[in-house]
Amino acid sequence: MQDFMLIFHSSPSTDYRPSPEEIQASIKRWQDWIGNIAAQGKFLSTNALNRSGKVVAADGTVTDGPYTELKEIIGGYVLIRADNYDEAVDLSAGCPTFRLGGKVEVREVMKLD
Amino acid sequence: MPEKLLPNLFRTEYGKMVAVLLRTFGLDEVETAEDLVSETFLLAAETWGKKGLPQQPQAWLYGVAKNKAKDYLRRQQLYQQKIRPQWQRKQPLHQSPDLDFSPIGFQDSQLRLLFSLCHPSLSPDTQVCLSLRLLCGFGIGEIAQAFLTNKATIHKRIARGKTRLREQLTKLELPAEQQLSERLDSVLTTLYLLFNEGYYSSVSSEGFRENLCADAIRLTLLLTTYSPTEKPKVYALLALMCFQSSRFKARINPSGDFITYADQDRSLWDKRLILQGRHFMGKATADGQLSRYQLEAAIALLHTETDESAQKWPHILALYNRLLQLQYSPVAALNRTYAYSRVHGPKKALVEALKIQLAGNVNYHLLLGELYQQTANTTEAIVHWQQAIALTKDPAGQRMIQQKFQQND
Repeated sequence: MQDFMLIFHSSPSTDYRPSPEEIQASIKRWQDWIGNIAAQGKFLSTNALNRSGKVVAADGTVTDGPYTELKEIIGGYVLIRADNYDEAVDLSAGCPTFRLGGKVEVREVMKLD
Repeated sequence: MPEKLLPNLFRTEYGKMVAVLLRTFGLDEVETAEDLVSETFLLAAETWGKKGLPQQPQAWLYGVAKNKAKDYLRRQQLYQQKIRPQWQRKQPLHQSPDLDFSPIGFQDSQLRLLFSLCHPSLSPDTQVCLSLRLLCGFGIGEIAQAFLTNKATIHKRIARGKTRLREQLTKLELPAEQQLSERLDSVLTTLYLLFNEGYYSSVSSEGFRENLCADAIRLTLLLTTYSPTEKPKVYALLALMCFQSSRFKARINPSGDFITYADQDRSLWDKRLILQGRHFMGKATADGQLSRYQLEAAIALLHTETDESAQKWPHILALYNRLLQLQYSPVAALNRTYAYSRVHGPKKALVEALKIQLAGNVNYHLLLGELYQQTANTTEAIVHWQQAIALTKDPAGQRMIQQKFQQND
């Protein structure tokens, strides 16, 4: 068993203003999708990230997000446990980010021992 | 003498008396404490049968047990020179606060015993076994049946558990404050297992099951009487137990067969227990934390709703999603998949059900049978029902599954 991180990339349009009902429905979709993974005993942890952020450069300058120079932002991640890359990729099926044209990046977590 | 009086007294008083004796004797003499209490009941059976019932049977039992304990301690004092300093000063034993057969004494001793039995050096199985034996007074035969094993195995497990405990502890002590909260978690796990053993066991008699659940509730209530353990998660477990217990009368038909949740007569659900559970639920959410017990209690609360509102199953599914993220268990995975089928339909649920891979689990095959049947795949449904029957040991359970075949014809 290996740990993998599923990272969600999307390019949200700035004029997207979902209604409270749409937000509710979206939360439900995410929870059901994560629940599908957890019901297989393969879920470890998850976090969703806010859209705003800060970028720190080596010289110490700090700029506010959103990052106009980047098309995609990371919306969150799920940490899972799977046998191999194939299974990790399979587990990303049905991810709600696909509905809005997003992508899932699947990365194996490096073992440091 | 009323026929059930003595067995009922045994159930309610055995554990209390053993706990009080153990508090005085220490864990070195678990067997002595058990023997003295058993002898007390034996004497009660003889004496009450001949002379009739005493006015206050409980007080009679306490008096006899106390005297037996004092006699024993006196003999110990004479024959062995292991004398504690306060007895050397000839302090009369009946003034010793140690043999406290008052309600507060019982509470305190049982609490200490419960925390001692949940010592981290013992496996959860052993903790449950010892609790069943010492705190609930269940016989080795009953425990063996509940664990689907033979008496010899349980004997061994209990003996080994006692030895291990003696190596760790001499007296019944409550852990110090820093360890108390950690130990409380294993106490809650044991009580949760104790309750589930009673609630879900398919082999034990209905009487055993109800008694076990009542004991689990009684012991959990005990935790609320002591301020360091009076925590919201304790109330959450209590609420869960009340909600589940409310269906006891509705889930068995007159021939002793289980009735599934969907087919139960809802007017038989115990409204008093549901109300009691709601009261505990109020206290369970006081600190805003959501442990597995709060989530499970919330799920159980939704199951007590008699009318099927449109939001009932989406709500249950959402709670199971959170519960599984907190802690995976096959039971939660199965129940979650059932809830998923109620929200998203059998077709989508079947896809997810096949992914959770719990082959060999009776309820998994029952669920797959159900979902295949609902998607009009009778051949596959029958395959899984047959597997479920093959995995079911008791005839009542097999009959219940057989009925599904007939409904399908």
